[in-house]
Amino acid sequence: MTAVAHDVPHGLEHATATGLDSRKLAIWTFIGSECMFFASLISNYVVNKGRSLVGPFPHEPWTSPSGEHFKPILEIPLVTLGTALLLFSSLFVVLALSGAQRGSRKALVGWLGATIFCGVFFVGMQVYEFTHFVHEGLTLKTNLFGASFFTLTGFHGTHVTIGVIWLVTLWILGLKGKIPPSKSLNLEMAALYWHFVDVVWIVIFPVVYLIK
Amino acid sequence: MATRVLDQHQVHAATHGEHTGLWSWITTVDHKRIGILYGATAFLFFLLGGIEALLIRIQLGSPENTFLSPERYNELFTMHGTTMIFLAIMPLSAMFFNYMIPLQIGARDVAFPRLNAFSYWVFLLGGLFLNVSWLFGAAPDTGWFGYANLTSRQYSPGMNVDFWMLGLQILGIASLAAGVNFFVTVINLRAPGMRLMRMPIFTWMSFITQVLILLAFPVITVALILLMFDRFFGTHFFVPSGGGDPILWQHLFWIFGHPEVYILILPAFGIISEVLPVFSRKPLFGYAAMVFSGVFIAFLGFGVWSHHMFATGMGPIADTFFALTTMLIAIPTGVKIFNWIGTMWGGSLQFRTPMLFAIGFIAMFIIGGLSGVMHAEPPADLQQTDTYFIVAHFHYVMFGGSIFGITSGAYYWWPKMFGRMLNERLGKLHFWLMLIGFNLTFFPMHFVGLNGMPRRTYTYPAGLGFETLNRIESVGAFILGFSFLVFLVNVIQTWRKPRNAPADPWNGATLEWSIPSPPQEWNFAQIPVVHGRDALWEIKREQGRTALPEPPRVDGAGIHLPNPSFWPLVAAVGVASVFATLMLLGHDKAGPLPVVAAVALLFFGVYRWAFEPAG
Repeated sequence: MTAVAHDVPHGLEHATATGLDSRKLAIWTFIGSECMFFASLISNYVVNKGRSLVGPFPHEPWTSPSGEHFKPILEIPLVTLGTALLLFSSLFVVLALSGAQRGSRKALVGWLGATIFCGVFFVGMQVYEFTHFVHEGLTLKTNLFGASFFTLTGFHGTHVTIGVIWLVTLWILGLKGKIPPSKSLNLEMAALYWHFVDVVWIVIFPVVYLIK
Repeated sequence: MATRVLDQHQVHAATHGEHTGLWSWITTVDHKRIGILYGATAFLFFLLGGIEALLIRIQLGSPENTFLSPERYNELFTMHGTTMIFLAIMPLSAMFFNYMIPLQIGARDVAFPRLNAFSYWVFLLGGLFLNVSWLFGAAPDTGWFGYANLTSRQYSPGMNVDFWMLGLQILGIASLAAGVNFFVTVINLRAPGMRLMRMPIFTWMSFITQVLILLAFPVITVALILLMFDRFFGTHFFVPSGGGDPILWQHLFWIFGHPEVYILILPAFGIISEVLPVFSRKPLFGYAAMVFSGVFIAFLGFGVWSHHMFATGMGPIADTFFALTTMLIAIPTGVKIFNWIGTMWGGSLQFRTPMLFAIGFIAMFIIGGLSGVMHAEPPADLQQTDTYFIVAHFHYVMFGGSIFGITSGAYYWWPKMFGRMLNERLGKLHFWLMLIGFNLTFFPMHFVGLNGMPRRTYTYPAGLGFETLNRIESVGAFILGFSFLVFLVNVIQTWRKPRNAPADPWNGATLEWSIPSPPQEWNFAQIPVVHGRDALWEIKREQGRTALPEPPRVDGAGIHLPNPSFWPLVAAVGVASVFATLMLLGHDKAGPLPVVAAVALLFFGVYRWAFEPAG
């Protein structure tokens, strides 16, 4: 390649037809596609709701044929805390982005760190919840509730985990001063994804935990 | 801007020398090369799927034949369908998306060249993954739709279903990555003046196809995930003994599956909408109606899935709803057919090979469309479902539609892609053999189907009146197969001769014909400015001539091109490894460690990709 225009990212050599950066548009497009992914998983949960042949159940107690007694299995207070932190993390990532755009490395690294903390807490909460359920006798194989609960929240948790990995990568770059205002789009894309993962949880939380 | 440098006539001969050699293909991010890779790979899979079809036709050529065992027959019809849909028609369309969309909108490449390479490699590995099943003696054997509970671990304990389920998952990732890429490319990389309602209709239909891919593929992804959990991890989503519902699979599959048939046909709609105006010497009749009927078809495509499920007994309300929405689709489709005929009406028609295939498309697609309206009615469908009538119907739309359209596009764009004119005489022979062979194969299926011959059954008894028609079908199938040998001979013959195609052999209407054949690596030495629909015809009209002077091949010094990259291939190998190791995990041949290693490889590829300079 010649030295001419070497540092110009591809797709930006001439202005885009919409004026929108292609990478940002790609993330929005990807999110649109992901909506159908989670819509399918949530539908699967709703369709299978109440069709479990045996317990434990999410909202009702159950006594097994051998006389074992099971409480309703969902731990709503703990998950509410995780939900709250995940929602706050959306605010934190906006503050981190604002820091990046202003060129404030302190705000960028600080708020991004807070975002990552919330994400890690949420994933940790989920790991605890899953382990707890398995101890209580609920696995993928137990009943349709277990199967559809673990696939739905598990795939959401996987998305959160990928988001955390992405944000940690950016946090390290930010720490090294490699996210100047001109490159704040790199953080904005991760932030868009992070908001989306939050929004999905706003649907999942009531559908799974609150609606009986 | 690149043009600035060009104007100075700087000469850097070594800068953009022709890249050759295997490594240059492995690391290529050029949309034209990736298009050729898609086309060559898909054509090989198409031949493979064709051989599978011929084996099926040998078996059915005579009653109570023992050429194939029932088990082998199941594998062949499953792999024939899966191959033709996912490994032939979709990637053959992708060849044209890749090669033609950037040229038609006046761009130098797609929005994400490395993501484009990644899509191709994932597609290739997915296709190999599916077909490696033959070597294990475990080819998928439950139909391309994989209905529960045929696919349950209980009834299909081997790896057959797993090759299908995991292979489709790999292919879905390729389609989704390409979907994002082309969606963004069309929206963002249009040349100045190339407004949405000035875009060539092929680009429009391809754009709509990307939207369908983006919205439909996630649904099959989830369905396949649920199936994988049933088979590997003991869930009961589709297992009635655990409270699961096999019909749920059908819903999820067809919510994907019906948009999928529009994913297969819309690009062909686009191709013939390019070919018909050029060889009628007339602009496309009703451009806006063509665009909006395409959008309408795609929209309705998400509301008709249960017409594949009338036989499951959904009740009168659901039956009525899906019957009505299905019949409604005939309206925008009819609009398209009238507009194609309206385009030819009063034009000065030139019956060159691409035009013959395009006209063949219209005729064959009308037949397939009409039989489609017949089984949109639940009572008629109950008679026709699972018979050869359905096989006749979807081959008239998939072969008579998609393959005729793609073949038309192949003859039309061949000079642009390879700089060589295909032989007209052989092309016309190909057309007539294909048309005759196709109709001999599939038209009699309407009759044997209505007379009750079931699909997916390896043989039939003598004396039911099926023998003669089945014999004719088998002969027709071999004529059909032979027609593609004629195409191959044509390709090989013209390949040996020197390049002879001018930039604009057909007096084309769109921008791809304004640049040399084959195009140089950067497509446009100068990004074009568009002033109207049929951009090239517009330029010719303004200049008052029917042919422009041959565009010069220029030295592209200073034109910015993306760097070649190896990492998309590494990431693609990571993707395929994840699913290959899942297979081992699911059959207790390995623990979770290989899966973790495969995910690590995927992450490694993605990170190296993200941190290398894009160029």
